Amino acid sequence: MNLNDLIVSCISQASANVFTTMLGVDIRQGAVTIESGSPDPNDGVVSLIGLAGSWTGLGSLTCSPALACRICSQLLMAESTSVDEEVLDAVAELTNMIVGSVKTDLEQELGPLGLSIPTVVFGRNFKTRSAGHSEWIVVPFFWDDECLLVKLCLRRNERYSHAHVHTAPQTCTLDV
Amino acid sequence: MEADVLVVDDSAAIRKILQRVLRQTGMAINTIHEAGDGQEALEILKVMRPALVLTDINMPKMDGLQFLAAVKSSESWRDIPVVMITTEGGEAKVGEAVKLGAAGYVRKPFTADQIKEKLAGILEPSLPL
Repeated sequence: MNLNDLIVSCISQASANVFTTMLGVDIRQGAVTIESGSPDPNDGVVSLIGLAGSWTGLGSLTCSPALACRICSQLLMAESTSVDEEVLDAVAELTNMIVGSVKTDLEQELGPLGLSIPTVVFGRNFKTRSAGHSEWIVVPFFWDDECLLVKLCLRRNERYSHAHVHTAPQTCTLDV
Repeated sequence: MEADVLVVDDSAAIRKILQRVLRQTGMAINTIHEAGDGQEALEILKVMRPALVLTDINMPKMDGLQFLAAVKSSESWRDIPVVMITTEGGEAKVGEAVKLGAAGYVRKPFTADQIKEKLAGILEPSLPL
């Protein structure tokens, strides 16, 4: 399996698992695309989390304001009708769980990775760009007719691979 | 006897979900206190003693592992069980938490049953499930 296929597989599993476990919802996956060059402008909510270590990159979740409210309502079991702090926090946490799970799965192949605190943007007609990364893997998911995009860009960190030597992970006795 | 619990997570959504899950477990809980990071949690510990702490790892200001280290190095707090609830599921992080004295480790996403099961093996009879 090449790296792109592995990333898509990790995103598929993580997203389905997070939605089923935390929201009790089954989502349907759409066709995977690769986004390169200048990204399309966004409308709505975009949540971003950085990855760093032997590889660097960015994971993101993009959805409409209506879907962000729906996610928050389902997660917290309380009706949200407009994008407020609570809705942005819920989307950020959902992104944290999805990208965090992807990161954990990828670490088995790529070595240790660090995860940043999520950043959430809400607005109209804005672009997001990650310096040094030109290609994003885009995996769309559908909750009924509403679409959310999970994206990931990843690039080998040459400086890291020269400066660090991987060691075998330590075993521990804690039941996880 | 009812006891207090401290939930530490920078996400208000997760704190709210854990409040709900903890109430559903049937634990004899008095108050569930909340903190948004490790520093805030340490300030809360200075004025109350919880029977249990649930904490995230990735947080601003002071992360969950730094907070755990501070709790376990304190004479007065080291007996308080601290359970990590986090997206950080890699062996290195789990190993670090174990080394620092974590009582348990639950990966996000989690179900109410997973939390209940984890806490059942940790809590004393004074805080029954």
